[in-house]
Amino acid sequence: MGRFVVRRVLQAIPVLIGVTFLIYCLVFLLPGDPIRALMGEKQDPHLALVLRARYHLDDPLVLQYWHYISGVFRGDLGTTYTGRSISDIVAQRFPITLKLALTAFGFEAVIGILAGILSALKRGKFLDNVVFIATLFLISIPVFVLGNVLQLELGVKFKLTPVAGIEDGWPASYVLPGLVLAATSMAYIARLTRTSMIESVRSDYVRTAIAKGLPRRRVIGVHALRNSLIPVVTFLGMDLGSLMGGAIITERVFNLPGIGGQLAQSVSLREGPVVVGLVTLLILIYLVANLVVDVLYAVLDPRIRYE
Amino acid sequence: MTIIEDAVPAPRGAGEDQTPLLEVRNLHVEFHTREGVAKAVNGVNYTVRPGETLAVLGESGSGKSVTAQAIMGILDMPPARIPQGEILFRGQDMLKMSGEERRKLRGAEIAMIFQDALSSLNPVLTVGYQLGEMFRVHRGMSRKQAKAKAIELMDRVKIPAAAARVNDYPHQFSGGMRQRIMIAMALALEPDLIIADEPTTALDVTVQAQVMDLLAELKNEFNMGLILITHDLGVVADVADKIAVMYAGRIVETAPVRELYKSPAHPYTRGLLDSIPRLDQKGQELYAIKGLPPNLLRIPDGCAFNPRCPKAQDVCRTDTPKLAQLTGDEGRELVGRGSACHFWKETLNG
Repeated sequence: MGRFVVRRVLQAIPVLIGVTFLIYCLVFLLPGDPIRALMGEKQDPHLALVLRARYHLDDPLVLQYWHYISGVFRGDLGTTYTGRSISDIVAQRFPITLKLALTAFGFEAVIGILAGILSALKRGKFLDNVVFIATLFLISIPVFVLGNVLQLELGVKFKLTPVAGIEDGWPASYVLPGLVLAATSMAYIARLTRTSMIESVRSDYVRTAIAKGLPRRRVIGVHALRNSLIPVVTFLGMDLGSLMGGAIITERVFNLPGIGGQLAQSVSLREGPVVVGLVTLLILIYLVANLVVDVLYAVLDPRIRYE
Repeated sequence: MTIIEDAVPAPRGAGEDQTPLLEVRNLHVEFHTREGVAKAVNGVNYTVRPGETLAVLGESGSGKSVTAQAIMGILDMPPARIPQGEILFRGQDMLKMSGEERRKLRGAEIAMIFQDALSSLNPVLTVGYQLGEMFRVHRGMSRKQAKAKAIELMDRVKIPAAAARVNDYPHQFSGGMRQRIMIAMALALEPDLIIADEPTTALDVTVQAQVMDLLAELKNEFNMGLILITHDLGVVADVADKIAVMYAGRIVETAPVRELYKSPAHPYTRGLLDSIPRLDQKGQELYAIKGLPPNLLRIPDGCAFNPRCPKAQDVCRTDTPKLAQLTGDEGRELVGRGSACHFWKETLNG
């Protein structure tokens, strides 16, 4: 297992370099000039030249990338065109996105799995239909609609939660955005758990567990559940990465100053180093989440062994 | 010709005078499906006494496993339903018990061994855990005590280095060893009745014999009743005391094991015996009963076997034959023998 983890970490290095290069190229190819965008109406040709030289903007693509990536390996993520350190931006904004993503993750894991299990156990009954319709609803409705409606109903009308912003800190400010961000995945988790649970409830080993005279609670909780959680854990792990990166709309609706908002802003300002830096961070999270899933996989299913 | 209501008493074996351990009376099981009602079991009667082995023989779909699952109480209801019948365990009708009462019998008093040990054991739990669970749930033992008991059981079913393997998972064992673990699990609480549903079908022939021997040995040691469900006539011969042959949810013939092999009294049994490949007929075409088992949604009128029977007459297509007591020369009852064929006499005499 230890060797497996080391190998996976080493494999991550070329992935990281390749992906950052790709993102760098894409930003490079974006039309428009960042310095002109920066100066707006008062264009100063002399200052423009100085800035272009400082940010290596007239160097070939590969050289620009080299300047960037060698900085990254020295621990320097670079600065924005207004001179702010990108590391500062990350340090300030990342905790907000992390809190939001983890809140959403908690909601989707707990509510999704519980709804899935109940739905499977009450298959074809009223509760199953309620869960089915609820998941259909959550999958179909766009995030910004759900976000605005909940904001209006729970925040403005009933004053149960803050409407937007992060003044109330965790958890108060993050409950509503967390729920909204979790909505779609929660629905998928519920359905996945249901399918997988129904399959294992029908399996031979559950029949054996019943024939052993185990109480129903034990048959379901110990024998059926552990097997049916294997695919669910995979999905959850993959999803943790996309919760971080996919929070752009949610952060916008609830006015949370996280990574997502910054990313959108930097793309429109053509701030290459910021975009690449943030995306690199998200990719790192993806890679770590994937590794954790693979390790968890072996813990849940002893038939899987990594050499 | 007398009609017998219950299964025929055991001809030999232990505990002949005791009250039956298990008595199945006129059991019916049906499955409600979208296409209609599948009648899987249609009035089965049999008894098992302590220390006695009853082999239930039949093709897939004959209702042998469904009967066993009804006894065990592990049928999925719905879609299954038991419209009539009684299953008496030590004189008490289990079908009238509460769910909790039945649960306490399962595993402790009546245990079951399944066909495919690999899929019947939980892949993500160690065998020690799965064996120990019996003691923890039914006897309230601690994890530690239960593990010690699990090792003891694995020793008992002759798994080498039991103490070292108690924390292994099912997939780390060979097929034969896995089936031994299933047997150990069934024996854990020394139940009075064991139902073995095709316990050796998934195993190599050499391993089959070992597992059957082990089962027979342990059965004798604890004087348990055993219901052995199989479609393999070879397995039955050494172990069983009596045989019940099932077809389309009914028992069509019952007999002490040797007599059934010697002189079957139902054309279906005869067909089964004739379809065993034999060395002295090498090169000849294998015998097979023509046709297919009936669709349980539409069981033929009269004798369910009539479309496949070489001896079928008009009466077979209209009247359902009951399981009748066989008589030999001068009207003497043949102990333990019954046949549900209008023409059992002709069949018996070849």
